[in-house]
Amino acid sequence: MQNPDQTKKRADGAPSPLVGEGNRLSVPQHLRVHIHGWLLLLPAAVLLVAFTYYPAVRTIFDSLFSTPRGVRGAVFVGMDNYAAMLADPVFVRALVNNFVYAACVIPLTIALALSMALWVDGRIAGRPFLRLSFFTPTVLPMIAVANIWLFFYAPGYGLLDQILGLFGFSAHNWLGDQHTALACLIAVAIWKDAGFFMIFYLAALQQISPQLAEAAALEGASRWYFFRRVTFPLLMPTTLFVLVNAIINSFRLVDHIVVMTQGGPDNATALLLFYIYEVGFKFWDTAYAATLTVVLLTLLAVFALGQFLILDRRIHYQ
Amino acid sequence: MRIGAIVGRALAIAGTVAALSFAFAAAGSAAAKDIALTFYYPISVGGPIPKIIDGYVAAFEKENPGVTIKPIYAGAYDDALIKTLTAFKSGTSPDIAVLLTTDLFTLIDQNVIEPIGPLLKTAADRAWLASFYPVFMDNSRADGQTWSIPFQRSTILVYWNKAAFAAAGLDPDKAPSTWDDMVADGQKLTRRDAGGQVSQWGIEIPSTSGPQWMLQGMTLANNVRLANQAGTQTYFDKPAVIEALQFWVDLSRKYRIEPPGTIGWGTTPQDFFERKTAMMWQSSGNLTNVRTNAGFPFGVGMVPAHSTRGSPTGGGNFYLFKNMTAEQRDAALKFVEWMTTPERAADWSIATGYIAVRPDAWQTPAMQKYLAGFPDAAVARDELRYAAAELSTHDDARVGKALDDNIQAALIGAKTSAQAMKDAQAQAARILRPYQ
Repeated sequence: MQNPDQTKKRADGAPSPLVGEGNRLSVPQHLRVHIHGWLLLLPAAVLLVAFTYYPAVRTIFDSLFSTPRGVRGAVFVGMDNYAAMLADPVFVRALVNNFVYAACVIPLTIALALSMALWVDGRIAGRPFLRLSFFTPTVLPMIAVANIWLFFYAPGYGLLDQILGLFGFSAHNWLGDQHTALACLIAVAIWKDAGFFMIFYLAALQQISPQLAEAAALEGASRWYFFRRVTFPLLMPTTLFVLVNAIINSFRLVDHIVVMTQGGPDNATALLLFYIYEVGFKFWDTAYAATLTVVLLTLLAVFALGQFLILDRRIHYQ
Repeated sequence: MRIGAIVGRALAIAGTVAALSFAFAAAGSAAAKDIALTFYYPISVGGPIPKIIDGYVAAFEKENPGVTIKPIYAGAYDDALIKTLTAFKSGTSPDIAVLLTTDLFTLIDQNVIEPIGPLLKTAADRAWLASFYPVFMDNSRADGQTWSIPFQRSTILVYWNKAAFAAAGLDPDKAPSTWDDMVADGQKLTRRDAGGQVSQWGIEIPSTSGPQWMLQGMTLANNVRLANQAGTQTYFDKPAVIEALQFWVDLSRKYRIEPPGTIGWGTTPQDFFERKTAMMWQSSGNLTNVRTNAGFPFGVGMVPAHSTRGSPTGGGNFYLFKNMTAEQRDAALKFVEWMTTPERAADWSIATGYIAVRPDAWQTPAMQKYLAGFPDAAVARDELRYAAAELSTHDDARVGKALDDNIQAALIGAKTSAQAMKDAQAQAARILRPYQ
């Protein structure tokens, strides 16, 4: 590869940029391009710094201090907050809950979204209504959804118990039992997000050229083989996008917990962000809330890096 | 002369500027005569609360020209506290707010509220402070000062379905008055088929959204307090507390008259309306809701007694915030006094279902007329004789969570009652160490 400066020198016959007159003109122009570029970036950069980088750095900084209370100011405590966090059973419970929650919600939501998209992509009767009904949960606010599901789960007369009652099952206190409460919240999250992700899959499916299906049919490929070797790989960019969003949502969306269980019974449904909210805005222990937030930030950063560094390379973009 | 003309023009300009600035100053001082106050209030019961509050504020402003009050709905109690403290930290604090009585120590520790005592100037002011039910003032005092004024207060009531009582062969007009009675009645009221399916439970005591309040209905009946008055020490592991919790656990595990697991605060009234439970413990603030929605005759009674009778008070009080000028403070106090006159207290109680906070409010013609048509409204007031202050400590939310989590752990069978209360006490002691 040739140095662009050398190319330029040969092309216009001017002397090297380091010496001579040409330099005097090219530097300001060079600068002007830079200033222009930075000015274009400025609005986005200001917003990013103000709402993302500064809060993130400040959070890490605050996690090293004690919480100021009344007249007592914050003092530097080093890693004390982190040590307290590791010894905090509620934090450990919330973290484990959150991993279980994510491990269930993410794959199930994506699988459901993909199945629904494949179904309503086909030529079936009542397709617009199906699409609409699958998408409706997305339009509702999470608070409203949670209030509806609260009564689905009500023991005895709730929808779930009424349906199960037809098959002879006895009433169950779904949200009041530590073994079923988290699963109930997982079901709500899947129901809420699957329709949203379905829209992306539907859009991606409609981008796939019908010629591929025709060619596969000529070759005698089965529908499952065609899905596995053609459709699914071509949907991978969408899957990555959906995956990123699903992971973020599984750590970000806790509205239904506030409405349905407030983290109970005995922290069986406490998720990390919900616990951060409690510590920060109910206990007003801002330093400890910052410490917990650092954990959440680190987790999300690791996931994001993993996705973009590992998965992105394996994905075929058209 | 040119110079003279210039000087003349300069003087004219100077004069105009001076006149203008004088005018602005005058306008400024006129505005300063208007005292402006911000008032945050929460909503935790049904009914057109904002309309009622706006009406009160408008009437107060009419009677007190020169004072303007801006009422702001601040969400549920939790949200109202969060909004108030956040606003205070950003320098836009409300001047008056209605917050939970149990937020007292949190507000003192955050150094945001003003004690009421030093603001009282006349004998009438002092008489006003002494006019409330003494039990409502228990959550107002700390460090030798009074910090809050009772406004929307409640206590626990037992609601029972008279039709279900009659169907079970019980006296429909008599509520169980002791723990033993409650268990005996509950066993008759619980309808279980041959397969173990329950179509009607005897009782539901909600155990989400702060089960500690309901537990206090049992601990106070067992003659034990959960914390000291200074809010620096808790007694969760006392045998009488463990016994009270064990009673609650036994309702579902031993006597099988209550559904197992935790019971939602918000769904309990619905369960009662749907006849899934024949009795429920709920806030007296739900009286109007039950009266509107129960499709059957119902009764209202006091929390059953054990070694004694007792029930915790609950609800919200007025707090005054720091950073007010002397005039603002006087106006704020005047507003709080105006909001708690006997007539207003009666009116507020009738409109919302809260307990009118002073005895003389119950003697007003409006209240007498209301009671004649709805005698059940007086049960909560009569229960005040046996009531005590709700648990409130420093770092209240965190101590409360330690207790709530462990109550739930016992109710779902993850811990024994003794272990749960021992754990709660250990956690509370650790949290409260800095305040001792």
